[in-house]
Amino acid sequence: MPSKLEISPEQIEQQQLYKEMGLSDEEFRSITEILGRRPNYTETGLFSVMWSEHCSYKNSKPLLRKFPTEGPQVLQGPGEGAGIIDIGDEQAVVFKVESHNHPSAVEPYQGAATGVGGILRDVFSMGARPVAILNSLRFGSLKQPRVKFLFEEVVHGIAGYGNCVGVPTVGGEVQFDNAYNGNPLVNAMCVGLIDHKDIQKGIAAGIGNTVMYVGAKTGRDGIHGATFASEELTEESAEKRPSVQVGDPFMEKLLIEACLEVIHHEALVGIQDMGAAGLTSSASEMASKAGTGMLMNMNLVPQREKNMTAYEMMLSESQERMLLVVEKGREEEIAEVFRKYDLEAVSVGEVTDDQRFRLEHHGEIVADVPVDSLAEDAPVYHQPSKIPDYFQEYQEMENYVPEITDYKETLKNLLQQPTIASKEWVYDQYDSMVQTNTVVTPGSDAAVIRVRGTEKALAMTTDCNSRYIYLDPETGGKIAVAEAARNIVCSGGRPLGITDGLNFGSPENPEIFWQMEKSVEGMSEACRKLSAPVISGNVSLYNESFGGQAIYPTPVVGMVGLIEKTDHITQSHMKNADDLIYVIGETKPEFGGSELQGMLEDRHFGKAPQLDLEVEGIRQSQLLTAIQQGIIESAHDLAEGGLAVALAESLFANGLGCEVTIQGDRTSALFSETQSRFLVSVKPENQKAFEQQIEDATLLGKVTGDGVYHVQSEGETVVEEQTQTLEQLWKGAIPCLVKSKD
Amino acid sequence: MKFAVVVFPGSNCDRDMFYAITEGLGEQADLVWYQEADLSDYDAILLPGGFSYGDYLRSGAIASTSGVIDQIREAAEAGKPILGVCNGFQVLLEMGLLPGAMLPNKHLKFMCHYETLTVENSDTMFTNHYSDQEEIDIPIAHGDGNYYCDEATFKKLKANNQITFTYKNNPNGSVADIAGITNEQGNVLGMMPHPERAVDSLVGTKDGLRLFQSILTHWRDKHAIKA
Repeated sequence: MPSKLEISPEQIEQQQLYKEMGLSDEEFRSITEILGRRPNYTETGLFSVMWSEHCSYKNSKPLLRKFPTEGPQVLQGPGEGAGIIDIGDEQAVVFKVESHNHPSAVEPYQGAATGVGGILRDVFSMGARPVAILNSLRFGSLKQPRVKFLFEEVVHGIAGYGNCVGVPTVGGEVQFDNAYNGNPLVNAMCVGLIDHKDIQKGIAAGIGNTVMYVGAKTGRDGIHGATFASEELTEESAEKRPSVQVGDPFMEKLLIEACLEVIHHEALVGIQDMGAAGLTSSASEMASKAGTGMLMNMNLVPQREKNMTAYEMMLSESQERMLLVVEKGREEEIAEVFRKYDLEAVSVGEVTDDQRFRLEHHGEIVADVPVDSLAEDAPVYHQPSKIPDYFQEYQEMENYVPEITDYKETLKNLLQQPTIASKEWVYDQYDSMVQTNTVVTPGSDAAVIRVRGTEKALAMTTDCNSRYIYLDPETGGKIAVAEAARNIVCSGGRPLGITDGLNFGSPENPEIFWQMEKSVEGMSEACRKLSAPVISGNVSLYNESFGGQAIYPTPVVGMVGLIEKTDHITQSHMKNADDLIYVIGETKPEFGGSELQGMLEDRHFGKAPQLDLEVEGIRQSQLLTAIQQGIIESAHDLAEGGLAVALAESLFANGLGCEVTIQGDRTSALFSETQSRFLVSVKPENQKAFEQQIEDATLLGKVTGDGVYHVQSEGETVVEEQTQTLEQLWKGAIPCLVKSKD
Repeated sequence: MKFAVVVFPGSNCDRDMFYAITEGLGEQADLVWYQEADLSDYDAILLPGGFSYGDYLRSGAIASTSGVIDQIREAAEAGKPILGVCNGFQVLLEMGLLPGAMLPNKHLKFMCHYETLTVENSDTMFTNHYSDQEEIDIPIAHGDGNYYCDEATFKKLKANNQITFTYKNNPNGSVADIAGITNEQGNVLGMMPHPERAVDSLVGTKDGLRLFQSILTHWRDKHAIKA
């Protein structure tokens, strides 16, 4: 009997073995108090994963409570697999973002692939058909061989999984900075569509009902994945490769189709995916949410390997598994649905009335703990916070304005910065069109998919400029939300809500905790002002690598917006010669955290650009109205690299040129990253209507058909170059960096 | 006209094909699960793209041995139009209904974007709405789309006018830029580009719609003669 060979509760306590599982002395003492005895090995394992930051949010909970999570459109806020927002006509959109940073750092292909798999399950377990995948990726410098390898394999992994399951990968963002050299970020977001009547919940209700297990068999992969994700990456992290799961997208595809069929079966009571902490989290959360208990027989769990212990089965993070609760006596009807897809649905336990979580293995009870103690009673830590010295220093610095002599050369160099350069090398590997709903494919401000059978479409984007957040977390947090909203508005949509992917260093470092606190406060304020509540999210902490170097604080914003009519869909590229070009919003000399600063100084310092949320809101709503009136030909938000870069990007798609005159300081006019600005083009006949509608618009010039990018100031040419030449540099930069051998 | 879209485990362009027929072409289509399929009542058979059986082993290999395959062979022999797109093309190659084989793309990466195709033969039941040497824009989305055949097979394809579409800018390394071929009888077409993704201008071009219109025209003509 394997259980007889298990380490005893006494040994766990005396040798402090719980520490290896990530539990502190204090946490172990509190478990002993809850149980009234020492936990055995299996029970210690259950608590260690459920009380990990990844599952319990024990360090981030006090911050997450600050987010606005309600709104008339919100059908399901944070707490279930994914959040849900009403889009009218008895339909709703379901979405969530999730991180897979630690696994991707040690095993990039599988780490990224299973990140996609996990977020898909979060969405289809709600009963929604996944209709789009987005991602938000951060890597270090592409000049480092290891970073190059991580970049290629992460993209390959996302493609390998997403393409196979037949859900289009429609958008996202990729940024590069030395701050991510040892610790890449891989955040995946999934968007699903659902009819209100089909919304499912992960609950284990109905005493005596049967718990069924569906999908891949349980193996020894991913054991303690959640714990691994809750500590810093060290030189020994490579040894944790066994903690990284392996994905099977074919199995996932079968699960999607089978689960979307089974949700229509009246015998189904609850459904949840086995994500982080596998069987432990899905089972205990389903029971806890329903106020019930659960008894599971581990001998019945489908196993891929021999002689697995209850501990291993409960902590395994084998992929592509779902847990269902079904009406007692109707198990065969459910199994029949899965059989069509060659999937086995197996009864593994029952719902009990004792609010305890009990596991039986080889005829013995191997775990018996209160169900809420796992799912609800994890400690909550209010970490101390301290303003970092660097912040004080940056705030007191004199405003940084770079000195530029050759504007054309500067623009060319900026277009080749990997963060700005075309990401075609990345998204060409993703099937962005399957399901034939993708109206705006990757490369514009936001991706757009139509809602088949209606006039509606959904705009979606992921955004986060972590440099601003590093310099000033509160302002940077506001900017992240505002920029996402700008992208939605530029596409013709109204923001509906966000999902947040909070990626930070160790919360036990007071300066990092301060970054978390301030950025969450900034995001919350922007969410309130822009009526975009937070409906789901994910927290990934301890993103630090070798030598305690934390990443830039990176709270990724995944936003979805509603486009009322497909006629309103707008893109960033300019369409016709002679259209008028306007910039909306005034420009200030703001270069702290800018792409230009990074390029010239190889670091970021000073103040982040300022943001006035009142002004932001007004401009967004005025622009959206103009788009809906049909008087805007193209709209693009001004972001990294400022006006000069946005203008070039807007001209590439149709090979057009421009004749533009700038005013004031040339460096600022071209490259400043002042917020709340938009670049739009308007047909000459709509000039009057446009100028009446938008107060802050400045006419810059017009689109030309000669394919020459021409900017002048005070009668002098400042930049003159073939658009095609600029485009080649912009397109060639990333393939060139990937191929180069140094 | 009634189309069957055969759904294998792992097919993922099945619905797209279904909508191309029902909404794009305005004809009748059914999604037919491979195990339950009775194809005898259908006028045309469509094998959609995707990753049948995860493309484990080889793309299309496992699906090409599944139970429904005999019915597809019978329909092919009976002269019914059979269209295999992407993974469907790979299945047809694995079945031996079309000659040649598929290799991984020359750059070993999955690719998804629009490609310009040249219509090499407009005198087929799949292409009668196009003109010879016409250029059309249709998306590709594949990792194993590098068509290969030996010299003798290529000569035969050429001599029999079986090469239906070629790429203008060969993206994947295919022999002689081949994007789509028919069998000798001309009633089985396999192609890597996705015409079902190009039937609605909201989400791209409409250049693929004429392929389905061609099938319909051919079918109507054939039945008009009989009647």
